[in-house]
Amino acid sequence: MKRFTALFSALLAILCTWLGATSARAETLIAAMSAHQVQITSNYTGSQLTVFGLVERDGRTVARSGPYDIIITVRGPRRMLLVREKEQLGPIWINRTQRRFPDSPVFLHVASSRPIGEMMSPESAQRDRVGLANAERAPGNWIDLDPGSVRFRDSLVRIMQAKDLYGYDERGVTFLSNSLFSAPVDIPATAPTGSYTVDIVLYSGGVPLARQQTNFEVVKTGIEQRLASGAYDWPLLYGLAAVLLALLLGWGASVVFRRD
Amino acid sequence: MQIYLPIAELPISVLMVLGLSGAVGFISGLFGVGGGFLLTPLLIFLDIPPAVAVATVAAQVAGSSMTGVLTYLRRRALDLKLGGVLVSGGILGTVLGVLFFNTMRRLGQLELVITLSYVTLFSIIGGLMLYDALRALMRVRAGKPARLKRRGGMHPWWMGLPMRMRFHRSGLYCSVIPIALLAIVIGFIGAVLGVGGGFILVPGLIYFFRIPTAVVVGTSLFQILVTMTGATLLHAVTNQSVDIVLATLLLIGGVIGAQFGGRAARNLNVESFRLLLALLILSVGMRFAVELFVPPSEPFSVVVPESAR
Repeated sequence: MKRFTALFSALLAILCTWLGATSARAETLIAAMSAHQVQITSNYTGSQLTVFGLVERDGRTVARSGPYDIIITVRGPRRMLLVREKEQLGPIWINRTQRRFPDSPVFLHVASSRPIGEMMSPESAQRDRVGLANAERAPGNWIDLDPGSVRFRDSLVRIMQAKDLYGYDERGVTFLSNSLFSAPVDIPATAPTGSYTVDIVLYSGGVPLARQQTNFEVVKTGIEQRLASGAYDWPLLYGLAAVLLALLLGWGASVVFRRD
Repeated sequence: MQIYLPIAELPISVLMVLGLSGAVGFISGLFGVGGGFLLTPLLIFLDIPPAVAVATVAAQVAGSSMTGVLTYLRRRALDLKLGGVLVSGGILGTVLGVLFFNTMRRLGQLELVITLSYVTLFSIIGGLMLYDALRALMRVRAGKPARLKRRGGMHPWWMGLPMRMRFHRSGLYCSVIPIALLAIVIGFIGAVLGVGGGFILVPGLIYFFRIPTAVVVGTSLFQILVTMTGATLLHAVTNQSVDIVLATLLLIGGVIGAQFGGRAARNLNVESFRLLLALLILSVGMRFAVELFVPPSEPFSVVVPESAR
């Protein structure tokens, strides 16, 4: 029994050293945002942030045969999205079928240092949930048997891309040196307020080596914030103010333009 | 120059909104209609969320009809008694309309109801008005009076229903029942479509009750002022979708446009006035018909349900 315990602790010690060694041998990823807050003011027309990152190696890091690849996924606040399809009913076109996509990001942008197709096979992209089409796929390696579901998901991505809320920039990440990289994140003015997460993953030869997460938020400030919170916190007062403003402007116009 | 709208949550070009509301204001001053039936679809087309568009236009219409009401009140071309009957009927209709609106929203067919109502309502009203205006024009060409003169004692049957009331300023002695019914229908339609209803009320009062055009416009504006003030408050309290920044921009453009429209109306011949209004209403109806009958290039659409905001 004693010998068994000794053997076990020895094995455990070896395992620990080995694990420690592997972690020492892998790269570390350091990332930072140029700002952690996007402020919406009255002249806001969208904004641009930059993600900076560094791939840190030390003497014990193994040599990689291929180049480093970076994939950055930015996800906005989650809402329930409804996708509707118009179908012909007699002579008219009406919304007939709809799918709910609960808990979907209203903003989803993916950027990579080179096209994802060159980095890895479509199967591993799907398994690792990499790329615009896969980022929100349910985890696990399963096939969707319902063809309608695919159609609706593809339409969701297509329409959101047209609105600039979803996007994929296959060369959005630029390596400034062997280990230093940067990527711009464009926030269109229509992007919703709330918190955004930025996932940065380092790949080499299609294998994820290290990952890092950071975040930022989009908030209304100043008069924009006061008006919006006023509308929600004191709806009756806000409504009365709106009516009063409208009637005063209407009265003012009749005074200004009065001719008789 | 762009300005960010705090409730609609998107930036919009100030000059474009001013130009747009100025043009709609001109039309509304010209015809004595609120202009909501043009402004709401235009704002939705500019990507403003439908709920925000409907609620904000209500505030704008309230403000611009205020200007009109004051002007007509000064000119003594406003029948407050008739306006009172219209307002009470309108309130009942609005309540019924809101109930119907919420039922359709629950069933998920609100968009279809709105489009279908725009198409049928605008095509029918525009078509009828066009027919009438053209017939009047033909009469003028033939050297006859544009319209048959109203003679004492000659009136349609619905004016002789019980509960008759005298409306001095409108020169009307008529049963309250058909007037209240018209007001209920307009309140209902207004609540469902998010429009003031002036474009139905004005021709309705002219064609069904033969009230002088000048009094009709003032009285209809009064009715619109009261219902839209109520609607603005209701929207602000129930769904917080009144955008005060957008409303201010729309009002500035709208009241200035309405002044010029009102002046142009004085120089416009009555018959061409009716013809133009008919064509305008008909073209809005056609615009919605296109949406309904033409195969869409993108059959899919993405919505963020309002409750999830």
